[in-house]
Amino acid sequence: MSGILLIARRDFGAYLNSFWGWLILALALGIDGLFFNVIGIGKSAKYSAEVLDQFFFGTGGVTLAVAVLITMRLFAEERQTGTIVLLETSPLSDRQLVLGKYLSAMAFVSLFLALTAYLPAMIFINGKVSTEEILVGYLGTWLLGSAGVAIGTWASAVSRYQVLAAVLAAVVTVFFVVCWMLSGILDAPFKGVISYVAFFDRQFAPFQGGSLNTEGVVFFLSITFGFLLMATQSLCSRRWT
Amino acid sequence: MIEVQDLTHYYGGRRAIEGLSFKIAENEIVGFLGLNGAGKSTTLKILAGLIVPTAGSVKIDGLDVVTANHEFRGRIGYLPEDPPLYKDMSVSGFVRFCGQLKGMSTADVDSRLPSVLETTQLTLVRDRTISELSHGYRKRVGIAQAIIHNPRLVILDEPISGLDPRQIVEMRKVVRALGRDRTVLISSHILSEISETCDRMLVLAGGVIAAQGTEAEISRLGTERAVRLDLLLSGDNKAIEAALRPFVGAEPVRIVADGAYWKVEVNLGSDTREALVAALVGAGIGVRRLVEDAGELEQVFLGLTREVVS
Repeated sequence: MSGILLIARRDFGAYLNSFWGWLILALALGIDGLFFNVIGIGKSAKYSAEVLDQFFFGTGGVTLAVAVLITMRLFAEERQTGTIVLLETSPLSDRQLVLGKYLSAMAFVSLFLALTAYLPAMIFINGKVSTEEILVGYLGTWLLGSAGVAIGTWASAVSRYQVLAAVLAAVVTVFFVVCWMLSGILDAPFKGVISYVAFFDRQFAPFQGGSLNTEGVVFFLSITFGFLLMATQSLCSRRWT
Repeated sequence: MIEVQDLTHYYGGRRAIEGLSFKIAENEIVGFLGLNGAGKSTTLKILAGLIVPTAGSVKIDGLDVVTANHEFRGRIGYLPEDPPLYKDMSVSGFVRFCGQLKGMSTADVDSRLPSVLETTQLTLVRDRTISELSHGYRKRVGIAQAIIHNPRLVILDEPISGLDPRQIVEMRKVVRALGRDRTVLISSHILSEISETCDRMLVLAGGVIAAQGTEAEISRLGTERAVRLDLLLSGDNKAIEAALRPFVGAEPVRIVADGAYWKVEVNLGSDTREALVAALVGAGIGVRRLVEDAGELEQVFLGLTREVVS
């Protein structure tokens, strides 16, 4: 466990010591605030629950974008700079390396989400929403972010270059996001499968509305586990080249 | 004790090394010598636990690189040709991080850090950010990360590449200091570097071991091998060529006037320098100078690698 935390601490520190980390954080918060004002609040009168729903919808999208941008460096940058040798010659297992990297990115995502809390706080103060609704919304967004980070971690583990990792992560993430559109043009049984894996339409929507969706919890945790497992296998297979 | 047995590795269908077997005793500094592409880096990567060999075994204290990979890696310190450094960290912060990465407790790292920084001559720059350091210092930080956990075997891949002459001298001191209490394996394609710092050398060519032994043992192999000579002789040039012909066979003899002397270049099939000089003197030719055009060991190295590759 200490090895996992060591890597997580080092990488999270590297995010906060870099211009890139702060730039992503500032842009993400700016876009999220803008989305909240323009789409969430808008010009017409709305119920507080509706505004909160829109807030989590926008924040979920921004969280996925943040996940793609911060995870591309996890392994690909280490490979580009040669520092991957430090990790691969250490006594830590590939599973520990992947978990450490994943946790560092999740710490960054959590920081981003924590910094958005002033927006639902405004709804809470000026409108009528419960703390539970806000917490459930954040739980869903965090799980969505976790799935995005796991996809990005896998993409970075299989890519030699950061840009390639970002493109790969973006393609896979966008696939999960637009699944609801695909499901509209497919017939059974593909329609059912594709609509089930749709990030927003099927799995995240209940969280946006403040209801705890256990199916969604299991789904996002499964996506996270699956992609982290693939990332671990990818690192392991490199030793056998 | 490090034991390598029948080590073989293929990249796809291309053979990198085949059937390497050698042993390295404790506290020995061993040089791994070979031309570029000889298979040095592949062997070092296997020894460092970075890649798994296609066949064969590598054992340290009985631990196998494949079956006990994690424990094995804990006993190795590895410095690749380009030091792997997090340049945003301070020297001491980075070395401390690497120690913890290798499984040391914070207290152990803190107690060992001063001696490691002293061995690698980094004490004065311990608080500097790595990105501010020169290439020579960065190499030393690379060595510090490789030895912080007190490994049984330290592997240094081309440790002097890119260093200036002063830094090379300092690096040699560091390497000798390392060899006092641990086994060190140095890879290089620079022969003088290996002969300067190592107790023993392994010559690798075409993916196989062409020779191994001390510098003296390898040099002795040269008596049976080709030697290239530069001579400065006086007398008649026709008589010189006639006297040299039995030693060079069909090889050309290059004779160029140099003031009152003849500058001669010859390739001998074997090291028969004494007989050659006797024949020249017997033919009434003055021998003013006789020099090998490369160092004795270098000749042997080139001969060995040429033979194996061909």
